[in-house]
Amino acid sequence: MELYQLTAHRLHELLVNKEVSSEEITSSVLDRIKKVDETVRAYVTVIEENALKTARKVDGKINAGEDIHPLSGIPVAVKDNMCTQGIRTTCSSRILYNYIPPYNATAIERLSEIDAVIIGKTNMDEFAMGSSCENSAFFPTCNPWSPDRVAGGSSGGSSAAVAADETIVSIGSDTGGSIRLPAAYCGVVGMKPTYGAVSRYGLIAFASSLDQIGPFGKDVKDCALLLNVLCGHDPKDSTSVKYNVPDYTTYLENNVKGLKIGIPKEYMGEGIDPEIKQAVQQATEKMASLGAEVEETSLPHTKHGLSAYYLIAPAEASSNLARYDGVRYGYRAEDCEDVVDMFKKTRSEGFGPEVKRRIMLGTYALSAGYYDAYYNKALKVRTLIKRDFDTAFEKYDILMSPTSPIPPFKRGEKVDDPLQMYLVDICTLSVNLAGIPAISLPAGLVDGLPVGLQLMGKPFDEGTLLRAAYTFEQNTPYHNNKPSL
Amino acid sequence: MITKSDVEHVALLARLELSEEEKELYTKQLSDILEHAQTLNQLDTGDIPPTAHVLPLQNVFREDKVGDHLDPDKALSNAPDKEGSFFRVPKIV
Repeated sequence: MELYQLTAHRLHELLVNKEVSSEEITSSVLDRIKKVDETVRAYVTVIEENALKTARKVDGKINAGEDIHPLSGIPVAVKDNMCTQGIRTTCSSRILYNYIPPYNATAIERLSEIDAVIIGKTNMDEFAMGSSCENSAFFPTCNPWSPDRVAGGSSGGSSAAVAADETIVSIGSDTGGSIRLPAAYCGVVGMKPTYGAVSRYGLIAFASSLDQIGPFGKDVKDCALLLNVLCGHDPKDSTSVKYNVPDYTTYLENNVKGLKIGIPKEYMGEGIDPEIKQAVQQATEKMASLGAEVEETSLPHTKHGLSAYYLIAPAEASSNLARYDGVRYGYRAEDCEDVVDMFKKTRSEGFGPEVKRRIMLGTYALSAGYYDAYYNKALKVRTLIKRDFDTAFEKYDILMSPTSPIPPFKRGEKVDDPLQMYLVDICTLSVNLAGIPAISLPAGLVDGLPVGLQLMGKPFDEGTLLRAAYTFEQNTPYHNNKPSL
Repeated sequence: MITKSDVEHVALLARLELSEEEKELYTKQLSDILEHAQTLNQLDTGDIPPTAHVLPLQNVFREDKVGDHLDPDKALSNAPDKEGSFFRVPKIV
C-alpha cells in the first residue's frame, strides 16, 4: 500500500507512532497528483509549497511530543468556492479567474487551526451550478472509474480527488446534491450536514437558503472526523445554529438493531435505473438482516421537488450573483462606454452558459407579475416537501434511497439539454429544500461504475446517519473497490 | 410560453447582453423549464405558508461593537481599477 491510498484515521495512527511523517504523506499525495491529474483533472490549483510547510510544522509538533488533532498533517482538498486567504479562488468561473481572497472562509480557518494540510483547490461546475462538473469554465473533471464519463457535480473535483487518491479527504458544498451526487459517481463517501450546522462564511454563495459545506472521505469515519472540525456556530454566519456539537466518531457503532428505516417508494419508482434499484434493494435487505426494521413509506410531494428547486435555487442565485459587476474584484470587460455598459459586458463575458441560464430563470421567477405564480408557489411547495419529511421522521429514524437515478453518464451527453441534466438531481434536491442531513456511500458497482446509497436523517441527527452508514460499511465490501488509474 | 421579448426584458433586468443565438436558445430552454414547472399548479397551496428558510430564526442580534475588519489596501487588492482608497469605474452619468 502507498501512503496516498490510506484513510485519514489510519495515517493518524502512523503519524503518532512516528512510523511516517506528514511530509512523507503530503509528498506521496503530491506525487500522485503529478501522476494522475493529467487524466482526472480534479484540481484548479495545487498548493505544493504551503502544504509542505504545514506538513513540516506538524512533524515538528510530533517530534516535540505534542498531541495532535486526528486531522493534523492530513492532506485535505478544498472545493474552489471556499475563500482561501492569499490563494486564488475561482469558483471555476471566468468572472473570478484572478480573485485572491484577502480572508479565509470559516471552514478553512477551522482546518488551518488544527494544521490540516490544504493541498489544493478543486474543480467544480461554475458557481456550483451543475450535476456533472462539465460546467467549469476551465476544463471538465473526469470520472476516475472511466475518464469518458462525468465525475458528477458540482463538487466533482473534490470527489474525484478522493477516489483517485489525489488527496486523503476533501470538502465540498451541496445545494441540491453537489456533494452526494459526485460522491456516488466516484464511489466515495460524501455528506451534506443539516442546514445551519456548518458556517457558510466565505463560501461563495449560490443559493443561500440551500447551500451547505460538507465532507468527502474514503470511509465513514474520515467523514465523521471532518464533521467534528467543520460543525459549530459561527458569529460571522447568522444562519449558523448554536448547538452542542458532539464528537461524531462516538456514533460509529456497528449496530442497527431496532433502527427504523423507511424506503420512500417515490425514490424507487419511475426514472430510476433498474440496476441501481436492485443495488438499493440489496442494501435494504442487508440492513434488515443486521436487525434494522425496514419498510416502505411515502413522501407524496417528491415529484414536485425538481420544479420547486429549479425555481428557488435560480431565484436566490440571480440575487446573489448580482454582486459580480466588475467593480470590486474579478474580471472586468474592457472598452466600456459607461458603468451600465461595463456591468453588462463584464457579466456577459464573465459568466458561462449555465450560470446565465439560471440568472435568467431566477430573474424571471422573481420579476413583477411572475413572483406569485413561480417563486412564491415554489416556496409553498417547499413547505409541503418539508412536511413530508417531518411526517416520515415521526415514524422512522432514517430514510434510504438511491443517490442518483442513473449511473455516471458519458461526458457531453447532457450538456445541450438542461432539463435532462436537472433530472439527475431528483433523489438529492428535496433534502436541501427540507434542510435535513444526508450521506451518500458506496453500494456496489454496476458495469464497473459506482452506485451510491443515500441515507437521509432528522435535522441535527447526523449521529444516527453516521451509525447506519458505518454499520453498512462494516458489513459490505463496497468501500474497498478502487478505480484502476 | 416565453417569448424572445420576455428574454430581452429579463436580460436587461439581469444586466446581461445576449447574442441573437443566445436569445433564441434561452427562449426555448426557459420555456421548457417553465413548462415543466407548471406541474406545481396541480397542487392546491391556498392555505400553505411559504418556506423561504428552514430554520426557525427571526432576527439574530449581536453586540454593536467594532471587530476585525479588512484594511483598505486589502479590500482594494482585487480591484480591476482603483485610485487612492477608491474603486474606479467608467462614467456613471
